[in-house]
Amino acid sequence: MNALVVAPVVWPLATAAVLVLLQGRLAAQRTLSTASAAAQLVLAAVLLARVARDGFLVTQFGGWEAPFGISFVADHLAAVMVLVNGIMGAAVAVYALRDLDAVRERMGYHPMVHVLLAGVNGAFLTGDLFNLYVWFELLLIASFVLLTLGNRREQLEAGIKYVAANLIASMLLLTGIGLLYGATGTLNMADLALKLPQVPAGLATTLAMLFLVAFGIKAAIFPLFFWLPASYHTPPVAVTALFGGMLTKVGVYALLRGFTLLFVADVPLTHGLLAWIAGITMVTGVLGAAAQTEVRKILSFHIVSQIGYMVMGLALFTPLGIGGAVFYMVHNIFAKANLFLIAGIARWYGGSFELKKLGGLYRHRPLLAGLFVIAAFSLAGFPPLSGFWAKLAVIRAGLEVQAWALVAVALFVGLLTLYSMTKIWLAAYWSPLPPGASLRPGPAPALLYAPVAALALLTLAMGFASAPFFALAERIGAELSDPTGYVRAVLGEAAAAAFVAQGGAR
Amino acid sequence: MEPYLALVVGAVFAGGFYLVMRRNLLRFVFGLILLSSGVNLLVFTAGRVSRGAPPIIPEGASAPVGEVANALPQALILTAIVIGFGLTVFAMVLLLRLYERLGTVRTDRLKAHLEDPRPIPGLPDEEAPA
Repeated sequence: MNALVVAPVVWPLATAAVLVLLQGRLAAQRTLSTASAAAQLVLAAVLLARVARDGFLVTQFGGWEAPFGISFVADHLAAVMVLVNGIMGAAVAVYALRDLDAVRERMGYHPMVHVLLAGVNGAFLTGDLFNLYVWFELLLIASFVLLTLGNRREQLEAGIKYVAANLIASMLLLTGIGLLYGATGTLNMADLALKLPQVPAGLATTLAMLFLVAFGIKAAIFPLFFWLPASYHTPPVAVTALFGGMLTKVGVYALLRGFTLLFVADVPLTHGLLAWIAGITMVTGVLGAAAQTEVRKILSFHIVSQIGYMVMGLALFTPLGIGGAVFYMVHNIFAKANLFLIAGIARWYGGSFELKKLGGLYRHRPLLAGLFVIAAFSLAGFPPLSGFWAKLAVIRAGLEVQAWALVAVALFVGLLTLYSMTKIWLAAYWSPLPPGASLRPGPAPALLYAPVAALALLTLAMGFASAPFFALAERIGAELSDPTGYVRAVLGEAAAAAFVAQGGAR
Repeated sequence: MEPYLALVVGAVFAGGFYLVMRRNLLRFVFGLILLSSGVNLLVFTAGRVSRGAPPIIPEGASAPVGEVANALPQALILTAIVIGFGLTVFAMVLLLRLYERLGTVRTDRLKAHLEDPRPIPGLPDEEAPA
């Protein structure tokens, strides 16, 4: 039993339990929530450092050896995602201190955020498919509560769409898991990688499609993304930033894991389909954004668009493509969440998320404008910001396998992303204040600025000093492309040899 | 036994999907309940239905003796039932709130009622402060 692998799940869950007991005592809840989020960030950093030093960390629950017990596996991908989740959890916890109203806090905002963080970490770390389903449900129920907390009409209307789409996805996921268990007799992911090749190819591909739809709804890929732009703009900014940054990426993570470790029986078919999905997702998302004039809605459609780039990296199915997808995902979580947080500060000054009611922020609030430029132009892929390297990696991977059409789409969508970011820049920052509108005097609270500045620094670091980040992404790409290491870490040397012998190593 | 159960699973899924696609959200929730029962039955069937002894390892041995029933699907289903129950209850409460606030449970009228809400007389309708 390796406590460090389990800690990123146990810690926030324990925090949530204590926070429930502190219900009604807001000052205590705020302190504990923020301190615990910071501690979780430290735990995650230690975990990644240990994985980088010692390689895979594996824990078998209850001492039941895999494949019989439930395994927790921290490879580089899982550890990086847990760290990113820790960063987002801490950033949002600080931002929420000033962004959230006391009503929502009394309704149980603080415990739910930590349940959500625990669910996300569990989904990243688990090495068991049914256990993945359980973590998905845990993070879902917490997200349901966070989305509808406050009971405003538009939240309820958005909530029902979000709940409906995600519950259907859960049913499909459980159906897939049940059938997969029926076909192979196991649910341990490493063991599945070993046993799935013995399943008839047609059946394996059918199962892969079930999982593609289930994970696809959660990742918001075309044509399953409709619930996202319909709901993400309704909760408070802190919640939207956490959702927009983290939640859909759990779906992308599940796709990355599933379609590198498990469903590789018929790569031309499954990953060819993923390539189509990636292209259409990029285009529909960015076109949807072009039609919007509310900042949060623009950003929500861009989430969809950028999921396309990550799926593109996966669809190319080369180490560079997969590593590029991971780099893209991490960059996107920081930049996207930051844009939502910045929109929240812009609303603090201008009183609105509507572009036509905002203006003059560049002239009067140059610091905020500067932070916006970093996040927005990183998202649009401007050199030398992080988004440029992310796009470059995915596009270079596309050129290597001569996927010309997909590369062309990616470049074209990059231009349209720039159009959307410029639209926000022109309306909210560059143009003068619209007649009748005024800016709230002030500087906005430092606690709103602090997480924004921290995330902007990360974006700059990933851009200007991208080498170590890239080395890590390349290592993840290599690990995912050849799952032998994963099988060895979970099931041992004999299983790894059997995996290589049946041609599993790539 | 499995083929019969497979047919039952198919029928329950068909009913569930039919209800899920209705405009009335109450039917949608009923559909979800049906689907989640269908999935549980599916997991049960996928684990093979057998007439074995309870899977208990005798004292001193390290493996069960003779043919035993597969206990894993039951453990999975038990977990899924608990999760399904929680999600169904949440969906029900959300629906009730939606009905109180917007005065409709029909998906095709949600948008219109969002702009022109018709709260239900006698039920609370206080918009929480932003």
